[in-house]
Amino acid sequence: MLTLAGVGKRYPTGDRALSDIELTLPKGQVLALIGPSGAGKSTLIRCVNRLVEPTQGSIRLGDHELTTLSGAGLRRARRSMGMIFQEYALVDRLTVMENVLSGRLGYVGFWRSFLRRYPTDAVREAFRLLERVGLAHAIDKRADALSGGQRQRVGIARALLQSPRLLLVDEPTASLDPKTSRQIMRLIRELCAERELAAIINIHDVALAQQFADRIVGLNAGRIVFDGAPGELTAETLTTIYGEEEWDTRDGEPEEHEAPGAAPRAESPTLRVATS
Amino acid sequence: MPVSTSIDGLPLWQRRTSRAQWLRFGGWLAGTCLFLLCWKVISDNTMWVFALDAGRQGSDLISRMLPPRWEYASNLWQPMWDTLNIATLGTALGILMAFPVAFLAARNTTPHPLVRSLALTVIVSSRSINSLIWAMLLVTIVGPGVLAGIIAIALRSIGFVGKLLYEAIEEIHPTPVEAISATGASRLQVMNYGVLPQILPAFAGISVYRWDINIRESTVLGLVGAGGIGLALNASINSLAWSQVSVIFAMIFATVLISEWISARVRHAMI
Amino acid sequence: MRADNQARLSAARRGQWRKPVFIERQWLRVALGVGALAYLALALGSVEVNWARVAEGAGRGLNFLAAFTHPDFVSRQGDILAGLLESLTMTLTSTVIGVLLAIPVGLGAARNVAPLPVYALCRAIIAVSRTFQEIIIAILFVVMFGFGPLAGMLTLAFATVGFMAKLLAEDIEDLDARQVEAVRATGAGWWQVMNHAVQPQVMPRLIGLSMYRLDINFRESSVIGIVGAGGIGATLNTSLSRYEYSTSAAILLIIIAIVLASEYASSHVRRFTQ
Repeated sequence: MLTLAGVGKRYPTGDRALSDIELTLPKGQVLALIGPSGAGKSTLIRCVNRLVEPTQGSIRLGDHELTTLSGAGLRRARRSMGMIFQEYALVDRLTVMENVLSGRLGYVGFWRSFLRRYPTDAVREAFRLLERVGLAHAIDKRADALSGGQRQRVGIARALLQSPRLLLVDEPTASLDPKTSRQIMRLIRELCAERELAAIINIHDVALAQQFADRIVGLNAGRIVFDGAPGELTAETLTTIYGEEEWDTRDGEPEEHEAPGAAPRAESPTLRVATS
Repeated sequence: MPVSTSIDGLPLWQRRTSRAQWLRFGGWLAGTCLFLLCWKVISDNTMWVFALDAGRQGSDLISRMLPPRWEYASNLWQPMWDTLNIATLGTALGILMAFPVAFLAARNTTPHPLVRSLALTVIVSSRSINSLIWAMLLVTIVGPGVLAGIIAIALRSIGFVGKLLYEAIEEIHPTPVEAISATGASRLQVMNYGVLPQILPAFAGISVYRWDINIRESTVLGLVGAGGIGLALNASINSLAWSQVSVIFAMIFATVLISEWISARVRHAMI
Repeated sequence: MRADNQARLSAARRGQWRKPVFIERQWLRVALGVGALAYLALALGSVEVNWARVAEGAGRGLNFLAAFTHPDFVSRQGDILAGLLESLTMTLTSTVIGVLLAIPVGLGAARNVAPLPVYALCRAIIAVSRTFQEIIIAILFVVMFGFGPLAGMLTLAFATVGFMAKLLAEDIEDLDARQVEAVRATGAGWWQVMNHAVQPQVMPRLIGLSMYRLDINFRESSVIGIVGAGGIGATLNTSLSRYEYSTSAAILLIIIAIVLASEYASSHVRRFTQ
C-alpha cells in the first residue's frame, strides 16, 4: 500500500539523513523502525507525510505519488495518514475534545473549524474514540491537565479521527514509564488490527518492537541495514544496526551515558538479546 | 584568573589581565570624553542666565500653581472622557492592525521572507515614531480632534504590540503546530489551532499593557490639537492659568495611577 | 457541575458538542457583553468627525506618503543637522546622568535594602516621574530653565530616573538572597555587601536596560522640541506646519534609521555583557 523507492534526504547544511530507502508496506502491517539516535528514523516518517521534504525518490500511497503534491492535494493525502508524536504534541490550552476534533481539520472548512461547529458524525466518532481509549469522562478538561499516558491516548484518538489508512508513529513511548509504554503499544497494536491499519512505528526499545510489531526494519546512518521478522533479530543483526563498539564494551561503557551499575534498560539491545 | 609571579616568587592575583585593564581604562576615557563633548554642545546652546534663574522661576511657578482652582475640575470631565476614548479605541484599532502584521513578521508563520521584511519595516517605522509625531501628522491630514488622536495612538501601537506579539509567536512550541499540519489542516486552521491558543495569554497581557501606556500618551496628544485633556492643558498654559494646570496635573496623575493598577490586576489575573 | 458534565457527555455521544464557555456564569457573560457594546456605542458616538475636512486632508495625506519616495535631505540641511546634533547630545548626556541618579534612587526604592522613610521618598519620585509624559515635564522645565537643550536634557534625565530606578528596584528586590547572606556572613559592611553581592547580580541587566533607555530617550528627544526643549522635534514641527512634506519625510527616515542602528547596537552590547 505504501511504497518508498530510492528515497533520499539531504539537509541544506549538506548532512545526508537518508539514502536509497526502498520499502513496501502492505495493508494492515505494523512495522517497527529501529536504529540508533540520528539514524534518520524521524526523518523517514516525516518524509512520508511531507513534514520534511524528501530530496529524491518516490513515495506512493496506494496509487498516489506523494512527493509531487502541494496545496489541497497534500492536505487530502495528509489526512489519510495519522501521526502520533513522542511528546504527544497536543495543544495544551485546548480541551481534550478540541484536540481530538482537530484530527478532522482536513475534512472541514475554516469557518466551521474556527467556530468549533463540527458535523454531528465527527463529534459522535470523536466521542466513540475517546471512549475506546478510556478518556470519555475528560472531554472538557484542558489537555495540560492530563498525565503523560492520557495525553498519548488523546493523541492516538486524534490520529484515528482522521480515518487514516496509515499510522505514522514517532517514538510513542519515549516519554512514558515502562508500564504505560506497554499499554500504549498494545493499544496501537489493537487499533491497527481493528481497522486494518498499516503503521510505521519509530521506536528505541527493541524489546517492545519485537513484542508488538509484525516486521522490523533497522536503520543505520540513513540506510536500511535489516529487514525481517521480529524472530530473525539476532545479536549479529543488532550489531549491524547499532554498530560494533557498543556490544564489545557492554559492561564498561554503557551507552547513552547511563551511570555504571544502573539497572539495565530494555532499551539496551544486547542485554535483551542475551536474556531472550 | 590572571595570576602572575612576583619577584620574590609569590603568586600575585589581579582581578584582570593588564591588557583587559588597559582596554577598560581606554573605554572609560573615551566614554568620559564623549560625555564632556556632548555636555559642551548643550552648554553652548544654553542661555545660562536663564538657567541659573531656575530656582526662582520654579518657586514662582509653584506659588502660582497653588492653591489649585478645584472648581475647574468640572470642565474636565468631557476632555477626560475623550482621553479615555482615544486610548481605548486607539488601542483596539492598533491591536486589530498589529495582529495580522505580527503573524506576517514571525519567522515561523510568515508566508514569504519578503513579506516578513515588509512587516518588520511596518513594525520598526511605527515603533520609531512617537505618538505625538503621528498626532502632528494626522492633525494636518484629518484635522484637529479626537479622530486624529485615535489614529495616532493606533499607529503607534501597531509597532509595540506587533513586536512583542511576533516574538511570542516565534517562541511557541513547534510540535503542536507540526501535529496540526499533519492532520491535513489548511494554513489558517494551523494558525487557529496550533499557534493561536499558545499565544493567547501573551497577547492579552500585551494588549492591556499597551492600553495602560496609551492612557498616559493620550493625555498629551491635545498639545498638538489631537483632542483629549491635553487641549485643556494647552489652553491653560497659553493663558498662564497655572492654578488650572495644577488641577489638570492632579487629574492626569490619578487617571494614570488607576489605569496602571487596573492593567497590573488584569495581567496578574491572567497568569 | 457534575450533572452538567453528564449532560454534556451524553450530548457528545449523540454528536452534539459545543466548546465550553469561557465565563461560566451566564449573567456575568451577558453583562460584560452588553457593557462592552454600550461603551463602544457611547465612545464612537462622542467622536466627532468632520468628513469634509477628512476628505480635504486625504489629498494631503497622499502627498505626505508620496514624499517618502523623494525625501528632501538638502534644502533644510543646516536645520536638520543642528537638530540632530542636539538630539543626539541630549540623548547621551541625559541617559548617563539619568542612570547615575537612578542607581541611588533604585537602591532606596528596594524594600530589602532601604529603610522605610527612604523607601517612601524614592517610590514617590518614581511614581511622579513615570506618571507624567516627558512632554509635560518638558513644559515645566522650559518655563524654569528657558528654551534650549538644557531643559530637554533635564526632562529626559528625569524620565530616565523613574524608568531605570523602578526596574532596578524590582531587580534588587528579587535578587538571590543566599549570595547576599554569604557575603554578609563574612562580616562585610553595607558598602561591601553592595559591591560584592548586589552589584554583580544586577549589573548585566542594568547595562541592558541603559541601552534600551538610550533608544527610548532618542525617540523622546525627537518630540520634546515641540514645546521648545531642543532637538530635532522643532525642525520636524516646523516642516510639518509649513507642509514641507519632503523635509518631514527625510527627518522621519533619519529617526527610523538611527533607532534601527541603536537597536542593532544594543542587541550586540547585551549579548556581550551576558
